Amino acid sequence: MAKRETTTKVSGARNNQASELVLSEAPSELLRELVAHLRQNRTQLREEWVGRISEARLLTAMTKEEIFAEATSVYDSYVEALETETYEDLQNYARNLSERIIPRGVETHEVVGIVLLLRDVLARSLFAKYQTDFKKLNRILDAYEPAANRIANTVAVGFVQERERVIRQQQEAIRELSTPVLQVRERLLILPIIGVIDPQRARQLTEQLLRGIRTNRAKVVVIDITGVAAMDVTVANHLVQTVEASRLLGATVIVTGLSPEIAQTLVTIGVDLGKMNTVGDLQGGIEQAERLLGYKVMAVAEAR
Amino acid sequence: MEVPILKQGQVLIATFQAALSDADLENLRRGLLQQVVRFRSRGVIVDVTAMDVMDSFASRTLREIAHMIRLRGAETVIVGIQPEVAFAMVQLGMTLEGVATALDLEEGLAYLIERFKNID
Repeated sequence: MAKRETTTKVSGARNNQASELVLSEAPSELLRELVAHLRQNRTQLREEWVGRISEARLLTAMTKEEIFAEATSVYDSYVEALETETYEDLQNYARNLSERIIPRGVETHEVVGIVLLLRDVLARSLFAKYQTDFKKLNRILDAYEPAANRIANTVAVGFVQERERVIRQQQEAIRELSTPVLQVRERLLILPIIGVIDPQRARQLTEQLLRGIRTNRAKVVVIDITGVAAMDVTVANHLVQTVEASRLLGATVIVTGLSPEIAQTLVTIGVDLGKMNTVGDLQGGIEQAERLLGYKVMAVAEAR
Repeated sequence: MEVPILKQGQVLIATFQAALSDADLENLRRGLLQQVVRFRSRGVIVDVTAMDVMDSFASRTLREIAHMIRLRGAETVIVGIQPEVAFAMVQLGMTLEGVATALDLEEGLAYLIERFKNID
């Protein structure tokens, strides 16, 4: 009894499978026809596409020949993705392409634009081919549109991801470069800060400074913020914290280069800078630091 | 764990060997005060190099010790605060205000000797 039930179940499943196959065969058949059509008209469609690209003034950073060469490979990968319905190759190609063209200043809208143009060009050619058979056209478009959209999506996402990767890389580089702790004299460090300070960078700055104080056995630190464009409550508080933490390690901090605008802002928002030693510019700061350390700098002639 | 207090000329040196319990800190406070009185010390160095965490009680006690010793006419220096500890303390608002600090024992001693010179 049980056996028979299973057999019926199995045959039932087979029936279902068979009917699914029939259903799914139709679009893939259509897709094959579509791919054949695109292969046949490769030269003409490609040229039309390139024409449309220059008409729309996209990819102005590239020469005509370059556009044509890229367009050919994009076209071929496009058709291949349509045919195989796998997008990995295309994704890799998109990433590779992005790597090459991002440094030349190609924008996201251009990349998305050309892919959408190709989609439109191909769709037009389909309209032209099947204009007499409206039903067939509809079915072809049913097969074409999802695949085409997916391709556009893949290329755009690939480009944006590559771009973001580049940006991340640059941010990292800036972060590493931007916090030098320099020794100018025995036991005197300077820390020139340039650019925007966000909480993460402020933290890193403080850590690096504290480590620098320890390894250089510094007694005085001059923090120069001439290169800091703007300062808000958070950043000011970070600065105060850095000063206090340095003091806990036995180092005196002198802050230099507060611009009039920043001074105004700080007074207006009421940040307590009473704990800070401030001097107008870096030179004054270093001179004061030298006094604190007991140095006296004078011209050789004067000393004689 | 007891904190040993060493006498070096006019200076007392208390070196933390490990993290301390609240009771140990209380003992340290009492011990330091007594010794300052007994030896007529002019300076005290508290070396916290071995501490890799500093809670608010420890920080407050250190501050109190420094202020009490000042009332006895002596000077206190806290030395050897680790960079990470300093950063954490500042973030928690424990900044030991009004207390002298130095990088390590050597610096602390140099600071005190300088102070004595100025006073004399």
